[in-house]
Amino acid sequence: MATSSLPRAPLIKSATTYAVRRGLFEAGQILLGLVILVWVLLPIYHMVMLSLTPINEAFGGRFWPDNPTLENFHTVFTQNHFFLERFWLQLANSVVVALATMALVLVVATLASFAIGRLKMPGGHVISNLALLTYLIPMAFLAIPFYRIMAQYGILNTRTALVLAMSTFAIPYAIWVLRQYSENVPFELDEAAKVDGASPWQILWLVYVPLLRPALIAIGTYALLLAWNEYLYAFLLLSTANQHTIPLTMGYFLVTDDSPWPLLMATAIIYALPPAALYYAVRRYMVTGLTAGATKA
Amino acid sequence: MAVSVAPGRAVEAAPPRRVRWSGETAWGVAFVTPYVVLFAALVVWPVAYGFWLGASPSAFATLFADPIYLESAWNTVVFLALGVNLKLFLALLLSGYLAQSRPWIRWLSVLFLLPWAVPSIPTIFSFRWMLNSEWGMLNGLLWELFGIEGPWWLVDPQLAFGSVIFVHVWKYLPFWTLILLAGRMAIPTDLYEAATIDGASPLQKFLFVTWPQLKNLYVTSTLLSTIWSLGDFNSVYLLTGGGPAEKTHVLATLGIRYAFNLHQIDVGVACVMTALPFLVPLVVILIRRLGGRVQ
Repeated sequence: MATSSLPRAPLIKSATTYAVRRGLFEAGQILLGLVILVWVLLPIYHMVMLSLTPINEAFGGRFWPDNPTLENFHTVFTQNHFFLERFWLQLANSVVVALATMALVLVVATLASFAIGRLKMPGGHVISNLALLTYLIPMAFLAIPFYRIMAQYGILNTRTALVLAMSTFAIPYAIWVLRQYSENVPFELDEAAKVDGASPWQILWLVYVPLLRPALIAIGTYALLLAWNEYLYAFLLLSTANQHTIPLTMGYFLVTDDSPWPLLMATAIIYALPPAALYYAVRRYMVTGLTAGATKA
Repeated sequence: MAVSVAPGRAVEAAPPRRVRWSGETAWGVAFVTPYVVLFAALVVWPVAYGFWLGASPSAFATLFADPIYLESAWNTVVFLALGVNLKLFLALLLSGYLAQSRPWIRWLSVLFLLPWAVPSIPTIFSFRWMLNSEWGMLNGLLWELFGIEGPWWLVDPQLAFGSVIFVHVWKYLPFWTLILLAGRMAIPTDLYEAATIDGASPLQKFLFVTWPQLKNLYVTSTLLSTIWSLGDFNSVYLLTGGGPAEKTHVLATLGIRYAFNLHQIDVGVACVMTALPFLVPLVVILIRRLGGRVQ
């Protein structure tokens, strides 16, 4: 393309130069691609490699274990280690907390965004901006008072407390995304339904929710992953092992210096697979949801 | 052009007629109530309580007399200045690379999302062991391939903090690349076509087409990322735990240390509150930038 604007005379030379430059450009592209690949995959490769290493060989600093084994996964699944005594229970806790957060966020945010955006609420604008404000509070900054408040409410050391904490931070974002997304849903649909005698409740279910499905999938996944991944709030709010979620299971490996790192990495892989798979399954929606409106900034 | 725009204007000018239900407001109030209740109980009350907790002058006195606090405040500044800008600048460059429509680059951009898709605890722990200076893979490889004694990654405070920034960038780069990629995709292609006809070089295209179109998004992303990075607890706590010798703390982790390891709740809250003079203006700017787009 670029050659078309070059003078005609040194045609052969320019063609050669063009080929050389093209080749260099290609090489650069591929090289950059390889660098990105190594950058992305190295820590993940390391995790997999270590999980396949026998526990007593973890101190080798090797690139690949001499005797790779699946023994670590077996140990995790059979809860056959002090740190993993309650693995299945704690995995179930993680699942319950993540699903409950997702459900709460979807219900509360859908209702609120519908009320603000579609029913002309007095003060809806204020609520919308307050939600945005919450979205901008760093989670870690609110942790200390939040901990005390949960104690006041008497729900410290319950999974409910963690669900509430995660919802507090996920709902504002959810409302914001839904508000952005619903701007593209024409009001005429609401009007038509109203003329046909539909109640707000029916419009919510028959117009709003079906048309916002992609955004709902995105924020549902976002809430699910936020809760599944949380460490700090789980650490503060859940004190007994029976309430712990998997991030805490992993965190407790670090209380001693000679932890069985291969077991920790096996646990980590089991824990990381479902959210990563989910993320890739709904990637299409995530990109739409996460970038909803962002490009207009 | 003018003709085609005119009808659009006319429609805009006439306010849309709204059919109202008699109880529309009542429905609205009912629908918004769950959120308002949660907001009051889980945001307003904790924030107010936090201000009350952090209102004691003695807490601030303790804080400012603590050399660890001063060091952590400086760390936070470095973390934000380096971490955020490095991350966004790389994201800006990579978004251009990944915007190419070749099949293998598309595959690469799918893989590139992995650090963002995989939960942070497993990968940060993986880094932690990989960087172990005696038994980790990185120094093992340095020794086997080059015969070099690797550095004390997480033992030397400077290197440890550098590692923290690296892990932070590693984890959040895909997200911001994705955002900037979406921004690039939204730039009308005829602008590039026009630039090509005018004989613009790739650099000129970036400077005079891409950057002006992307500038706003880049600035918003930088501000947003600054706020989130201020609250990044995991990258620091799970990699170094604030160590060695409490030298790699940032405000977010130090606040937790005061409150829960040293049982000085008021000092912990005060520690976090010292970020407010910096945080509040950022939030105000962002609310105006982001909130303006939703009526």
